[in-house]
Amino acid sequence: MIILRYAFYRLITMFLTLLLVSALIFFIINLPPGNYLTNQIMELQATGQDAGVAKAEFLQHEYALDRPLVEQYLIWIGAWPGPYGFSGMLQGDFGWSFEFDQPVIDIVGQALWLTVLVNLAAVLFVYLVALPLGVLAAARSQTWVDYTSSFIGYLGLATPNFLLALILFYYGQKYLHLPIGGLMAPELEGEPMSLAKMNSILLHLIIPTFVIGTSGAAAMMQRLRANMLDELNKPYVETARAKGLSPTKMLMKYPLRMALNPFVADIGNLLPSMISGSVLVSVVLGLQTIGPALLTALKSQDQFLAGFILLFVALLTLIGTMISDVLLMLLDPRIRYGERK
Amino acid sequence: MAVLPDGRYVDDAPYDENIDASAAERPDMDAPNWLLIWRRFRRHKLALISGLFLLVSYLMLPVTGFVAPYTPNERHADHLYAPPQGIRLFNNGKFIGPHVLPITATADLENYRWRYSADKTHPMKLEFFCRRGSYNLFGLIPTDLHLICAPAGATIFLLGSDRLGRDVFSRIVYGAQLSLTVGVIGITVSFALGIFFGSIAGYFGGRTDWLIQRTIEILRSLPELPLWLALSAAVPSHWGPVTVFFIISIILGILDWPGLARAVRSKFLSLREEEYVRAAEMMGAKPARIIGRHLLPNFSSHLIASAMLSIPAMILGETALSFLGLGLRAPAVSWGVMLNDAQNLAAIEIYPWTASPMVMIIVVVLAFNFLGDGLRDSLDPYKS
Repeated sequence: MIILRYAFYRLITMFLTLLLVSALIFFIINLPPGNYLTNQIMELQATGQDAGVAKAEFLQHEYALDRPLVEQYLIWIGAWPGPYGFSGMLQGDFGWSFEFDQPVIDIVGQALWLTVLVNLAAVLFVYLVALPLGVLAAARSQTWVDYTSSFIGYLGLATPNFLLALILFYYGQKYLHLPIGGLMAPELEGEPMSLAKMNSILLHLIIPTFVIGTSGAAAMMQRLRANMLDELNKPYVETARAKGLSPTKMLMKYPLRMALNPFVADIGNLLPSMISGSVLVSVVLGLQTIGPALLTALKSQDQFLAGFILLFVALLTLIGTMISDVLLMLLDPRIRYGERK
Repeated sequence: MAVLPDGRYVDDAPYDENIDASAAERPDMDAPNWLLIWRRFRRHKLALISGLFLLVSYLMLPVTGFVAPYTPNERHADHLYAPPQGIRLFNNGKFIGPHVLPITATADLENYRWRYSADKTHPMKLEFFCRRGSYNLFGLIPTDLHLICAPAGATIFLLGSDRLGRDVFSRIVYGAQLSLTVGVIGITVSFALGIFFGSIAGYFGGRTDWLIQRTIEILRSLPELPLWLALSAAVPSHWGPVTVFFIISIILGILDWPGLARAVRSKFLSLREEEYVRAAEMMGAKPARIIGRHLLPNFSSHLIASAMLSIPAMILGETALSFLGLGLRAPAVSWGVMLNDAQNLAAIEIYPWTASPMVMIIVVVLAFNFLGDGLRDSLDPYKS
């Protein structure tokens, strides 16, 4: 019951945060002077093509870009009537991309799912790698297992993601014949989901997952190791050992459960950095996620597209944080977020 | 040590009247704090080496022009994509001092690339303290003195040359000027903001705390990179490279402070209940004084260590931004800008040396991490 109430409370705060975030995003996107259309008008005027100017000015009126910024924002989220009545985020109309000359939803539609997929795979990778390695490094601390894993961890933290991507890409193709570029074989694009397509996607996911996950896994592993070491020094571990519990069972039963807390709580930190990583890596590897579209949109001030993508990314993060908070409460009965009595 | 018949132990040494009984038993422990820290730090060999490396790197920044054989944007049209040349000491089994072999390019029209052949019969001695391209020493004094340069008719590309025939080694050395300082400027901004907001939130609590906490939560829920992208896309493209550089460092700093502010806040929440804070308040000290004189010093060791651990993130951030073409732009030279040139498979397969700034980035980031870990351990007085 408490948990349900807490989840509900978190949901409400999440939407409030999202609202604030959307304002922030809109403001940041509009920081550069002018917008896509005014830039176009200037360019057209400079080259003397007056015919296009009238069209661009018409479009500017059409998308309410000639109104004050606050009004533009309210129209964008759908809380204020635009030229054609209420039509914004809240009404499910995500706007028009000037750069691609298509509705935003058509451009990012499939990319959204692939983004979620890539990030989910990366998060899974982080957990699958960091959990055993972190525990092992702590249990066998100051042996070669520990040193090797922390060395790899440090290296993972220090290598810029995008370079790791390029290098793995090259060697993966050369020695393992992993496919290059994209998230599926080109001939399968646009086809309905099938076993072959799934296979192809999985094969293409290997390198991106590895690249995006490495730094996160390294950080997580170090934290888990430190937590485990703290726990292993506590008297109850001594007692368990003295009672003759087998080392594996002792490790699994008590210290690991304690050390897992930050593991879950970290999703909130992990997710933003994963998504950052995935944007960068997508640009380098040419994955059809929202990364490349975001970069183009930001460079050409295509504000509706950029705004929608940023908002979506923020939403992903917020959902992740919310899930982690609720999970943490389920996992550890000592954690309650209410008032202190 | 002698044992008396009744089982007591007595020291054999004769009684000395002049001995100072109140002297510390371990005078080495009675040292100033910085000495104790230094002793603990010295034991972390890796951190020590990293610290020295970083010290040398940063000290080199003002005199880069002297160290680099070429200026960063000097082009050698006859030597595009030249491979790294080593400095040799022996020629035909005879020691003739440091020299290079002149290389000549031939076009390989089959694979469309340059092939270089070294002329072993004409070793050319390197010149030291020679005069070549001019630069500003310490950014102020115009001079043209270089530590080492190639004799006329030969080249010295320690790490090869790039697409436009520019010396990669010289560019790395010049790139360090921007790439290494970006973290320092960023961390200054981030610390100023983080300490300010963190300490007022932790010290005053209540409504201020709530407001700052929510701001932090919002900022932290946004993924860094897209936000960096958006903010740096807002930097007008007609601004000069130096301005862009400062703006980028400040942007990196602005987005980094929430983590620090949280740490400061949680520490302050417990520290403000201590007696000495109460005492200071009773004596009428203003909050600014209590925070600055009494609370922050308690926390400085943690701050230093976390600074060392945050700088690499900023260096990587600058690299990522420049790599995507949204950070620093040519003619500015930074490691990210250099990698931007090397961002294709051909560079890695055929001209791997153009990606050598990557090695520098990894080394510097690792060094900061090791140094930070070492400092954290040695600054903690409770750690044995």
